[in-house]
Amino acid sequence: MASIAQPHIQAPTLPKPRVEATGLWSWLTTVDHKRIAKLYGVTAFIFFLIGGLEALLLRVQLARPQNDVVDAQRYNELFTMHGTTMIFLVVMPLSVAFFNLVVPLQIGARDVAFPRLNGFSYWTFLAGAFILNIPVLFALPGVFAGMAATAWTNLLGTPALNGLQPWLDANLPFAMNVPDQGWYGYSPLTQQLFSGKEIDFWALGIQVLGIASLAGAFNFIVTILNLRAPGMTMMRVPIFSWATLITSVLIIMAFPAITIALFFLTFDRLGGTHFYSAFNIVDGTLISAGGDPMLWQHLFWIFGHPEVYILILPAFGLVSEIIPVFSRKPLFGYAVMVYALAAIAFLGFGVWVHHMFTTGLGATPTAAFSAATMLIAIPTGVKILNWTATMWGGSLSFPTAMLFVVGLVSQFVIGGLSGVMHAIVPVDTQHNDSYFVVAHFHYVLFGGSIFALLGGLYFYWPKVFGKLLDEKLGKLHFWLTFAGFNLTFFPMHFLGLAGMPRRYQTYSFESGWWFWNAISTIGALLIAASIMVFLINVQRTAAAKQTVPANPWDGATLEWAIPSPPPVYNFRVIPLVTHRDQLWHDKYDQVAEGPDRVADSIVEVDQLPENSPAGVALTEAQTEAGNIHLPNPSYYPLLCGIGLFFLPFGILINNPHIQVGMFGIPILSALGFLILVTAIYGWSFEPAG
Amino acid sequence: MATAIEVVTAHGAGADSHGGDDHSDHPPPSAGVNSRKMLMWLFLASDCMFFGTLIATYMTYRNRSIELQMPPYPNEIFDIPYTSVSAFVLLMSSLTMVLALSAIKRNDHRGLRVWISATALLGAIFVGGQFFEFTTFARDGLTLSSNIFGSSFYVLTGFHGAHVTIGVIWLLSLLFVSLRGGLSSEKAMDVELAGLYWHFVDIVWIVIFTLVYLVPYANPPEGGAEAAPEAMIQLMTLGQRLLATLPF
Repeated sequence: MASIAQPHIQAPTLPKPRVEATGLWSWLTTVDHKRIAKLYGVTAFIFFLIGGLEALLLRVQLARPQNDVVDAQRYNELFTMHGTTMIFLVVMPLSVAFFNLVVPLQIGARDVAFPRLNGFSYWTFLAGAFILNIPVLFALPGVFAGMAATAWTNLLGTPALNGLQPWLDANLPFAMNVPDQGWYGYSPLTQQLFSGKEIDFWALGIQVLGIASLAGAFNFIVTILNLRAPGMTMMRVPIFSWATLITSVLIIMAFPAITIALFFLTFDRLGGTHFYSAFNIVDGTLISAGGDPMLWQHLFWIFGHPEVYILILPAFGLVSEIIPVFSRKPLFGYAVMVYALAAIAFLGFGVWVHHMFTTGLGATPTAAFSAATMLIAIPTGVKILNWTATMWGGSLSFPTAMLFVVGLVSQFVIGGLSGVMHAIVPVDTQHNDSYFVVAHFHYVLFGGSIFALLGGLYFYWPKVFGKLLDEKLGKLHFWLTFAGFNLTFFPMHFLGLAGMPRRYQTYSFESGWWFWNAISTIGALLIAASIMVFLINVQRTAAAKQTVPANPWDGATLEWAIPSPPPVYNFRVIPLVTHRDQLWHDKYDQVAEGPDRVADSIVEVDQLPENSPAGVALTEAQTEAGNIHLPNPSYYPLLCGIGLFFLPFGILINNPHIQVGMFGIPILSALGFLILVTAIYGWSFEPAG
Repeated sequence: MATAIEVVTAHGAGADSHGGDDHSDHPPPSAGVNSRKMLMWLFLASDCMFFGTLIATYMTYRNRSIELQMPPYPNEIFDIPYTSVSAFVLLMSSLTMVLALSAIKRNDHRGLRVWISATALLGAIFVGGQFFEFTTFARDGLTLSSNIFGSSFYVLTGFHGAHVTIGVIWLLSLLFVSLRGGLSSEKAMDVELAGLYWHFVDIVWIVIFTLVYLVPYANPPEGGAEAAPEAMIQLMTLGQRLLATLPF
């Protein structure tokens, strides 16, 4: 027995991909980082459209005083889902799409360190996104019924369908409200007394999304630390991969806080605890419960402030990749850029109280956190300066990708400066809960993250799809976005200073706020138009016939050394890295010769010297024969995702008819648990290939 | 024919055995640490933050129920000698875990099975002890929703108990694989990863046991029992009783 090396228990293995596989099954079981990147990208973009639509409805409602397009309840639901969607289902996964696409290519790897875990991240993310949006899905029939009833009454004059919406609300299996407490989920708004099951869906949805983010972050840290091509020291790692590494560290350190905070919330709601409520009502009497709503605020912002860096650092990474390419200069102060990323991440853990300046924590903590917040302006300022210095004296060109990232540099500075204003406590107290704050964080999140991510789409589109997006439409897209963005959000500074509060469904004519609100709504429509232009561009490009060389922008990093789109194995030969901007070094540094060049490091297997760091070198023929070792596709990550979808989802169905009687466990949860456990065991015994 | 895989193994299979999702044809890990081990360390770093958040919450609410005069109070509930014994059992399981890893590294399969079974058994005794402790506390009136002390106590220690339970299931799975002949010395990493997790869960219990059970609580209102010194006295008495049983 003891001498047998191989386990007898072996789960079935899917065949290895020799060439690019096709079909639905190949997508469901894929572990290829490039495909997972596409899945993330497409899903995030769909949610971008949904979240954008929600924002558009908010703007339409605010277009004029005393408007009643959206009632107060729906308005609260819209801004809550808009915020939650844009943060967790758009900016984060879109950043992860770039991590997946770019990191393994940039560091000269064939895939991430744990390809199946990567698939698991995506399916779990999708499960969380669905759980979060179930209330929306089930509110829609009621919404449409209400609209139909209004239309029927208006057109025909008979109130025939008026009973439909209440009937649907009462009889649909999960009829409920949509989360309406805001993305920050402050207690006591989230307590049983003030809300329904929608908060449970919200809490458990974010919980599952957290699992996805954590799994992805573990994977990328190991990938970047361990799968670097030979010769790629840490200070030769391309700056986007550095941004990925530091963002991932932020994720693994910050997400536990929200996980536990959400556990407490779920216990408060379903388990009878009082972590977040100071009072409880028993038999109509108010009694002390011992909890504290401030606990939620602390835990939430201990996660929430690093989270804003999780949203912006990948964008900074993209900017730092794109600006040098279109300035024809290496990144100015590479090392300092790395240190600045690390400093921002480190300081990001010590500033959460600046979200709570008006909660009355006292002078000392407030002053300390105010100072810490101002400190963050230093490394951020360094980044802005270095981008500018990279462009300074460069041979600049402005394709759409460059326009978007230079757009980020300018727009982020505006948002950053209003951020420094908010570090000053008296100013923050004045601006708190006003539209000035809305302007601030849209300048850093839209003018920052979204601009860079759109720029990244234009930049990496040829690498993914082998086609260049149309530049004419691209420039139209950029200028529409730029104009629409500033029209939408700049007036909010004025509105905030004029006293307009956030999260109010409407305002009176006498307030004098209508003009800038109308301008802002026009801006929002322009943004919507710009997205239409982008979609047309994508469709046109998809229909066009063109081929793109490996390095259409003449970039310096390894992803541009391989064909566009890359073969399934990425690198036929794992390259040997000798310089930071390897491809520029190979191409332009006349002094360099011989084995210094990536191109020259391609050697045949037979010539591979003993202990060569160059990894596996294969001949063309061997490559064709499928000799490159690739991970097997696997359906267990998908099964895990399905299990994780049903596991929390089942808990929320309070239907006595579908419970497993004895234990009171809903069938769906038990089923989800079973699927999850089966998948984990199958996965453990599945040979990785 | 020098195939690709052979070339790679010559470079790739260094000190660490490859397994799981590792790419065996990739050059050796650039950071010099096996990828799976690094993944486990990162998970544990993250888990530190999980427990950190839970413990911070417990410490915030530690004396709240006493201040609000909402019984039952910690001093009336805790049985420190009992919990000390189960803490001792859990800590000893770290020793057996080390012996299990040492056995598999020496390719001693019998030793591996003995020590892994012992570790799982000790872990199971701890979880069983916690289950018994919880039911006793519940009989004494401390439930998840009775007061903020109950809420934070059960969630913190329950979260830890869930970690131990997962560890026991993990160890039993390894035992199962070993019995089926699938756990050779090249797969020592499989045992080592479980061991890292197991030691971490043990260390966390030292922190929880100290902060939850041993550090004194505020005095209960209206001259309740002097809790903290009492707890220490109980612990010392237990030590004396243990010493008395020694044959020398």
